[in-house]
Parts: sequence; structure tokens; C-alpha cells
Amino acid sequence: MEEIDSRIDEILAQGKKPGPMDKVLLARHPKRPKINQYIDYLFTNFFEQKGDFLGKEDGSIFGGIALFHGMPVTVLGHRKGNDLQENIACNFGMPGPEGYRKALRMMTQAEKFGRPIITFIDTPGAYPGIEAEMYGQSQAIARNLAAMSSMQVPIIAIVTGEGSSGGALAIGVANKVFMLEHAVYSILSPEGFSSILWNDASRKEEASEVMKLTADDLLKFGVIDEIIPEPIGGAHRAPTIVFERIDQLLCRELKTLCAKSGSELARSRYQKFRTMDEQFRVME
Amino acid sequence: MDNLLEKRKGKFEKLRVLREQQRNGGNDAASDLAADIREKEKTMPELFVECPACHKEFTKRHLRDNLYVCPECGYHYGMPPEKRIVALCDEGSFKRFRYHFPEIDPLEFEGYREKKADLREKTRQDEAVLTGVGKIEGKKAVIAVMNSKFLMGSMGIQLGETVTLAVEYAEKHNLPLIIFTASGGARMQEGILSLMQMAKTSTAIERFQKKGGLYIAYFTHPTTGGVSASFAGLGDITLAEPKALVGFAGPRVIEQTIGQKLPEGFQRSEYLEEHGFVDQIVPRSKMRQVISQILTLHQK
Repeated sequence: MEEIDSRIDEILAQGKKPGPMDKVLLARHPKRPKINQYIDYLFTNFFEQKGDFLGKEDGSIFGGIALFHGMPVTVLGHRKGNDLQENIACNFGMPGPEGYRKALRMMTQAEKFGRPIITFIDTPGAYPGIEAEMYGQSQAIARNLAAMSSMQVPIIAIVTGEGSSGGALAIGVANKVFMLEHAVYSILSPEGFSSILWNDASRKEEASEVMKLTADDLLKFGVIDEIIPEPIGGAHRAPTIVFERIDQLLCRELKTLCAKSGSELARSRYQKFRTMDEQFRVME
Repeated sequence: MDNLLEKRKGKFEKLRVLREQQRNGGNDAASDLAADIREKEKTMPELFVECPACHKEFTKRHLRDNLYVCPECGYHYGMPPEKRIVALCDEGSFKRFRYHFPEIDPLEFEGYREKKADLREKTRQDEAVLTGVGKIEGKKAVIAVMNSKFLMGSMGIQLGETVTLAVEYAEKHNLPLIIFTASGGARMQEGILSLMQMAKTSTAIERFQKKGGLYIAYFTHPTTGGVSASFAGLGDITLAEPKALVGFAGPRVIEQTIGQKLPEGFQRSEYLEEHGFVDQIVPRSKMRQVISQILTLHQK
């Protein structure tokens, strides 16, 4: 933990900016603000909703109903836990199908009651395990992607830490996607990427360079809409600054999005993902 | 190795005769595609293959004539997309969709363009999917067939777009959609934009289905990762070829994560059937018949 901080301090002392691998480390920093802190600070009257109502409670997804400046919203996200005991209890933020189905249950209810949905993305990925496969990990993620795409309420996603693979996207099909300055969002972890493409997990630093996983890269790609600046040295050094910025952002965005009709929201979300890659596939 | 070759050569004559008989008496589909394939096959040298399941040997031609299924044990080999189309569609009914894409390489990933160029030459496909519209026992449908031989059937921008355009064609023309899935997952070389193809394709399927469209997903070996967790996982009807590997995470990743060996048959079609994630396992020999039946049941 201190290692990451001193590495960052050194970079800052040299007048440089953190590079992709530094951001990967910052995004995984054990003290980085977690979903429960975001919920505590940004919302009131939080009522937690557990369970997928199909047979299991998955602690790696955390969420429920709350008020945001008096407006009922559904808020949910990945939960990594704040200490080792919690890490283990919520599987280090790696959901199984039950977690995604739990998220879908919350989101479906939000749509029924006309509540905006706010999601916080911070996961090393969906869990690769026997039970996860047995109970349909693929199917659960696919179902979320499809269902989120047509929901008739505003959806805002914020990548706060690690946004890794389909496990992140499964709660990320939103009208607006925001990202903290030092968060990362990628197809896979740099370790996984280098092990698949180069058969060598130790080339993670090199992988992080070529993957284009930083907020700046993703803004250029059109994958995210806006970057939320972090205090110098990372969000964990002054979390309230980040909370305040998110608060202002949500106020602004919800005002705009809530003025739109349900079908307009679904249509614009469809368009967003339909045209995201246009700059790369349309012949000049 | 030499020994093996000798052994195979010895069987050559016998099998050549067998193949001649089969070819003359076999099903003579005469679409343009079929004629094209036969033309190419004429010039191919005779090759022998050994079934990885039962280890029996036969000629490649024998295998081709049997829909790429081992005539001894029923092991399903990978089937080239164009051959599956010929086996599935009514003669001459298939019209291929063709699109023009620029060279797509958003990460400017070293060696990626060269690799694609090489594969395009080898496979005579421009991407890991072939799409078009055809008739199955007289019933029109949009068909997409993925090709795991092309960069593991991985999904990048071009593949995601081609699939999405096929879905949108089906939606516009009010046609059923059949996708034969085969993929190692999202295409690493295109980074985050490959991941976004999961959202794009799933969104298109959702819209198509909400308008009443029928989507048949047909899992072939292997269907994993970002493809299994997006459009492949959304069929109204889900079929699978026998013993196809279907799952989210690859077996190697799971073994490394949990530190133990996986049980026999894990993530295979039969396992999915047992756990309730496929409607039916349909061997290739019944593919055309079963799809035709489903289309009949959904005729408006």
C-alpha cells in the first residue's frame, strides 16, 4: 500500500504524471474509496437490497434504494470490501451470476418505479469459477447488457476503480458513463492481456501501455463521456473532494436526463453504443 | 511422424475409392457457393485425418462429405462457415452480405494488421463471421456463422458490426435470425472497443426481440468469453452441437484461479443442458431438420 503511494510521490516529485501502470495500481489501491463510502456520502435513507431471489445472495454486488437530494434512486455497484475479512466475504468484488441477477432485479424494480439508476464500477472481473459457470455466468451478463439497453429510466455509470472485462460492462450500459481520473477500464487486466497475447503475465507494464485503458484514452475513444478529476496522488488522499465532484455531476446529469421521456432515454442509450466505434469502422 | 505418414499412405487407395463412391452418390447441392467449393476441392491433394476422439483414420474428403463429423464416433469437427451454409440452406438460396470496412486497428497493435492479412488469405474470409440471408426448407432467415479459425473467432469492431447489421436486417425485413456461435471471446488486439461490441450486439438483439423477432442461437465449439456473455447468451431458442465447449471463462483460467482440476465434461454442451442453459443438443446431422421445425413453429 505504502509502496504505491511512494511510487506515486516519486513521480509527482519529478514533475511527471502517473502513467498507465501507475493508474492500474492506484485503481487497485486498498484505500481507494469503496462503494459503501460513496453511498454514505452521496445518498440518504439508503435501504439495502440483498439477494437474487433465485437462491443466493452475492456480496460482491452491493446496492439498494436511496434518496439523492430528495429524489428516490436505485444505486448499486461492485463491492470489494474494506479489509481482508470483507474482501473474502465479497469475493474481492468479482461477482458470480447471482450478483448480476441481483443487480438486474434492482434495476428492473427501478424501472418499474421510475427511479434513475446509478452504478459504481470497480471489479477485477466476473468470477471465473466452477459454480459461476454452472449457474450461467455468461447468460447472466448477457441478460444484463440486453435489459439495461432498453430500460426506460436514466442510467448513469461511474467507473471508480478497476473496470475489468464483461464483469464491469454488465452494470455499465448507461446513458452517461463517467470515470475517475486514475480509474482504468479495459477488456481484461493487463496481467490477463499479456498472458493471452504474449504468453507471459509478467509483461503487464508493457500491456498497460498498449491497452489504452486510462480515462484520457477512453474519452478519446468515446467510451466515456467525462473524466472526474482526482486530488493529487489519488482519490484516497482526499476522498471528500471526489465525493463532492460526483455529487455536482450527478445533480447536473440527472436534471438533464430526467427531463427526457423513457423511450427517448432508451433510444439515446441504444444510439450511444451503436455509434461508439464509428470513427474506426466507417470508410473515409 | 514418418511412421504415421507411411501408415496413412497405406490406406490411401482404399479410402480414395470409398470417397469416389460417396461423392458420386452423395447429396449434390448446387448453389453457387457449393459449386465454388467443389471447384476448389478438385485441386486439393488427398489428406488423411485422425479423429481426436476415437483415433480412427479417414480421408478429409470422407469427413467433408459427412458434414465434418467423425463417421465412426460422431465427434464434431469445426466446420468451415461456407460449408455449413451449403449444408443448411436450400440450393442456391443463400445471398451473402458484403460490407466494406477500413483496416481496423484502434490500439495500433503490433503485428495485428499483418496477422489479419495473413488469415484473410488463408481462410478466404475477411472476418471471423459470415452473414447473409437464405432459405431453409423454403423458409427465409438471416444467418450468421462464426469461424473459430479466424483469430479464435474473437469479436472486434468489424465482427460486432457485421453481426449487428445482420440483426438489424432481420429486424427491418421481419425475418428470423440464426447465429452459429464460435468464439474465444472479445478480441484483445482491439482493446476496450472489443468489449463495447458486447453492448452493441446485445442491444441490437434486445431491440429485435422486443419487436417480436425470433433469434435462434446455435452454440458450436468453442463459444466462450465476450461472445458467450453477449449475443450468444440471448437466444429465444438455444441449441448446441454435441460436446461443444461453452462458457464464460476458459477452463485454463478457471483452473489457475481455483487451483484444482476441472471435472470431466465441465462446460460442455451436455453440462449446460443438465444445468438448464440449452433447449436441446442438436447434432449436425439434424441441424437443418430442427431449425426448419423451429422456423415452422414460429411462422406468422
